[in-house]
Amino acid sequence: MRKYLKPGLFILSTTPFFLILYKIFFNKLGPEPVKEITHFTGEWTLIFICLTLSMSPLKRFTKLPIWVSFRRMLGLFVFFYATLHLLTYVGLDYRFDWKPILDDVVKKKYVFIGFAAWVLLIPLVITSSQKMLRLLKNNWKKLHRLVYVIAIFGSLHYIWLSKTVFFKPLIYFIIIIVLLALRIKIKNRDVNYG
Amino acid sequence: MKKIKYSEITPEKIYKNRRSFIKSIGLGASSIAISSITLASKSLANDRDKLTSYKDITTYNNYYEFGTSKSDPYRNSQIFKTTPWDISIEGEVEKPIKLTMEEISEMFVSEERIYRLRCVEGWSMVIPWMGFSLSKLLSKVNLTNKAKFVEFESVYDPTQMKGQRYPILNWPYNEGLRIDEAMHPLTTVVTGLYGKKLPNQNGAPFRIFIPWKYGFKSAKAIVKIKLVENMPTSSWMWASPREYGFYSNVNPNVDHPRWSQATERIIGEGVWAPRVKTLMFNGYGDEVASLYTGMDLKKYF
Repeated sequence: MRKYLKPGLFILSTTPFFLILYKIFFNKLGPEPVKEITHFTGEWTLIFICLTLSMSPLKRFTKLPIWVSFRRMLGLFVFFYATLHLLTYVGLDYRFDWKPILDDVVKKKYVFIGFAAWVLLIPLVITSSQKMLRLLKNNWKKLHRLVYVIAIFGSLHYIWLSKTVFFKPLIYFIIIIVLLALRIKIKNRDVNYG
Repeated sequence: MKKIKYSEITPEKIYKNRRSFIKSIGLGASSIAISSITLASKSLANDRDKLTSYKDITTYNNYYEFGTSKSDPYRNSQIFKTTPWDISIEGEVEKPIKLTMEEISEMFVSEERIYRLRCVEGWSMVIPWMGFSLSKLLSKVNLTNKAKFVEFESVYDPTQMKGQRYPILNWPYNEGLRIDEAMHPLTTVVTGLYGKKLPNQNGAPFRIFIPWKYGFKSAKAIVKIKLVENMPTSSWMWASPREYGFYSNVNPNVDHPRWSQATERIIGEGVWAPRVKTLMFNGYGDEVASLYTGMDLKKYF
C-alpha cells in the first residue's frame, strides 16, 4: 500500500496541469484566457507552497514520519507551477517582449516580489537531491529555510496585485502565517529539550 | 442556452453600411486605417474593427453594484427592475426637469454607434451601442453660466443590487465630466446594444459611454444628471485618488500604479492572440485631443 502513496500523490499533483491544458485546447477559459491561465497557475503555486509547509506540522500532529517523505516532491511542484505561471506571463502574455517585462519588474512591486520568489526557488531545486543533501550537510537545512521567505513573498505578491485583500489573498496570507508560526514552536521545543 | 451570434444573422448590406457609418462620423478606427503604412499595422486595424461577440459583451462586465467578479453582473442583474425609471436633470440649469425613460425614447432617435471600450484593467472590446449624443439631451435644459461640470449619479437600491450592501465603493456610483467633454458628440447616451434593448448587466436602462476614456467613467443605470460649478469627486477617485484621476483618458504613456497601460488584450481573440498597443485617447485623438490642448495629461490623469 505504502509504495503507491508517492506515485499516487505525483499523479494527483499533475491534475491541475492537465486541467488547464484541457481548458486551453477545448476553449474553456472564458473571454480573457491568458489572465485565466495566469491566475490558475499562480493560485496552484500558492496551494503547493501551503502543502509543502504542512508536511512537518502533520508529522508532528499525527506522529507519522511518512509525511516528510512527500515534501521534496511537493516542493518541486511549487517550482513547476511557479515556472508555468512565470512562463504564462513572460511568454504567452508578453511574447518575450523584454522591455515592458523589465519595466514591470522594476516599477510594480507585486511583479518584483513574485519574480524574487521564483529566483529564490532555483537554489532549492538545484540542491533538492539526496546527494546534495549529503554534500551540504548542515548548510542544507539552513538553505532550505528560504522556503519561508518564498512563502511570504508569494502571499504578498497576491495581496499587492489584488484590488482588495478580501477574501482569497487574505486567506492564503493567514494560512501561510499559521504554518510558519507552527514552526517557531517546534524550534522552541527543540531548544528546551536539546 | 445557445445564443445566435449577431454576425451570423447580419446581412452583408447592413454590415457594410455599418462600416461606412464608422467612416462617416470619422471614428478612430478609420483614422487608423488611413495612417497604417505597413502591413503589420493594417492587420492590427482589422483586429480593432471586429465586433466583440454579444455573449462576451453581456457576460464579462465590471459592474460592482451586482458583484465584483466579471460574471456576477450577468448572474445577479436579471431580476433588476428598470421600469418605471426617471432621470432628473438639475443643478446649474434654469429649469430642472424630470424625464421618464419613455419620454426619452420618444424625444431622441437612437442610432447604432460602434465604439471601442478600453478598460483600465488592460482589456478592450468593440461594441455596437445604440444611442444618441448626450449634448442633445442637455440642450433640452438651459444651462446657467455656472455649469462647468456634469455629475452623473447612478441608482442606489441595495435590495436589488447586492454589491451595494458592502462598502466596496462609495455608493451610489458617481462619475463626472467637464462640460465640454459632456457636450462632445462622441459622448453618448446608451439605450441599447446590438440593435436590442440594453441588457441590465450593461447598465440598463440609461447609461453613458465616453469612448476615449477608461470604461469606469461611463456610468451605468443613471438616475440623476447634475450640472455643477466645481469638479465632482467620482466614486473611484474617492476610493483611491492615487490610482484614479478625474479625467481618466485612455493614455498609453501614463501607467496605472498596478497595470501598465501601454498595451491591451482584445476580448474574444483567444488564448494565442498577442496584446495590441493601446492608442492615445483610445484612437479617438482626432476628435477629442483638442479638448486637452495645453494640459499636462500626466498631471491630470
